[in-house]
Amino acid sequence: MSTPFYVSPEQLMRDRADFARKGISRGRALVSLQYADGIVFASENPSAALHKVSEIYDRIAFAAVGRYNEFENLRIAGVRLADMRGYAYDRRDVTGRGLANAYAQTLGTIFSSGGEKPYEVELFVGEIGDSAEDDQLYRLTYDGQVVDEHGFAAIGGAAEAVGGYLKERYTEGASLEDAIKLAVAALGHTETEDREIEAKNLEVAVLDRNRTQPRKFRRIRPATLVEILGSAVATAEVAAAEPAAVEPAPENPAEKPAEKPVDEAPLAPPADDGGEPPIAPPLD
Amino acid sequence: MSESRIPAAYMTPGTSSFADFLTAQSPELLPGHHPVPGNLGDIAPHGTTIVAATFPGGVIIAGDRRATQGNLIAERDMRKVFPSDEYSAVGIAGSAGLAIELVKLFQTELEHYEKIEGTTLSIEGKASRLSALVRGNLAMAMQGLVVVPLFVGFDPDAGVGKIYGYDPTGGRYEQTGYSGVGSGSLFAKSALKKLYRPDLDENTLVAVLVQALYDAADDDSATGGPDVSRKLFPLVHVITADGGHTLPDAEVAAVAEAVIAGRLQRPDGPIAELEAK
Repeated sequence: MSTPFYVSPEQLMRDRADFARKGISRGRALVSLQYADGIVFASENPSAALHKVSEIYDRIAFAAVGRYNEFENLRIAGVRLADMRGYAYDRRDVTGRGLANAYAQTLGTIFSSGGEKPYEVELFVGEIGDSAEDDQLYRLTYDGQVVDEHGFAAIGGAAEAVGGYLKERYTEGASLEDAIKLAVAALGHTETEDREIEAKNLEVAVLDRNRTQPRKFRRIRPATLVEILGSAVATAEVAAAEPAAVEPAPENPAEKPAEKPVDEAPLAPPADDGGEPPIAPPLD
Repeated sequence: MSESRIPAAYMTPGTSSFADFLTAQSPELLPGHHPVPGNLGDIAPHGTTIVAATFPGGVIIAGDRRATQGNLIAERDMRKVFPSDEYSAVGIAGSAGLAIELVKLFQTELEHYEKIEGTTLSIEGKASRLSALVRGNLAMAMQGLVVVPLFVGFDPDAGVGKIYGYDPTGGRYEQTGYSGVGSGSLFAKSALKKLYRPDLDENTLVAVLVQALYDAADDDSATGGPDVSRKLFPLVHVITADGGHTLPDAEVAAVAEAVIAGRLQRPDGPIAELEAK
């Protein structure tokens, strides 16, 4: 009679963590910065339809890296949770902390359950208050840990290099323009070189306290980005060398269904207005 | 949001409709979920007159502020006109409490779709969703708790404002030029018939709609006229290509006071021309 292989719990968890980390590190970095009037999220994302940063509720935004289908499910769940609570109670009763908790419990349960593949995602839940002191930025990892970030944070591939760059240069109470410039510079930073990222390959969105509408989320159009970044003409060879990937390729096709991210995408229209879906009109 | 794992139904891709999701997950939260025997029409406050009209480049909806309960005035300052999203608004007549719930569900429905899909519904799509919600209330309507909305919106593709009228079964009818709903709408629509021109500008149209509401209040006891002593004036919501905004009280007050000043001279209001131009 053969004995089943014994795998120690430590080893099992380590393997699962390695698996999730590997998947996440293949994607691009995503940064989140607090500025004077809110929180800005920025990522390199050549797709104008498949978003990494999205609106959850009036003052709450969601940003994620990793496998698109997994974080898209989390995003939809977040929108449903928030809308359900806002409908059953009041708009003010929807909080970022509650949402971060729900995500943490979900990711934690999935990570430690034997039957499910751990999610290869890392995400931000940002919420703005009436002043910069009330702003909240939560970073959630694949295993359900929640980190209450202050000022800035980076997730995804090369998060360490990008985070290090931000740590040296971040200042509190920056203007939106300065925050976006810093975020984009950080995204282009690696250990070996600093490259400029073309505006059309960037996804930038903010939670902006100054918006008069109750819904504070807005996307920054590429045209506005070009204005802010000045000469935002990236070196062509860098842009060409970058494959247009929203999620990391499956590591082991047998283990994961080889679904295409595009098939998972919501029915977003082609971005005929410069990549700006009218999710929270009108823009700046 | 609970402190435990998000339920599987929330994580499952599927419907982009909040109302459908609510029906599946928490049907007890739907407006009109608890049908009870008997006629409830007498015990529930009743909202009254809403008018709407289009002008080149937009649409305006306006409502009086009164809710009645039998022969009594239940509310003097009720809101019956609500923005449903940036480019649409809904006015409600009928059972007040249910109507407000219905509007809240409709607002959530539109916002939910926007967030899930990353795009807005077409104006027809919005009007159609509202049909479904009104139809969902049919059981309550049979017991006297009728809710009848009037929906207006700006169609960015065509660049025009549109008006949709409804019946209690959810039937939806696109209206041309102007429309009204509620107990005083008979009189308001008669006034609009004589005063409305398709080429009126925004400010003139606001005055025409306030005139129509005045006529409704003049002949229908359930419709409230401008309340000068309490500074309660009709709610007026304007939607154009730039989005929608509710006119500030001071602006409507000025229009209403001009209307009242005119009526002091001629109680029946402006005279329409006899000869068609």
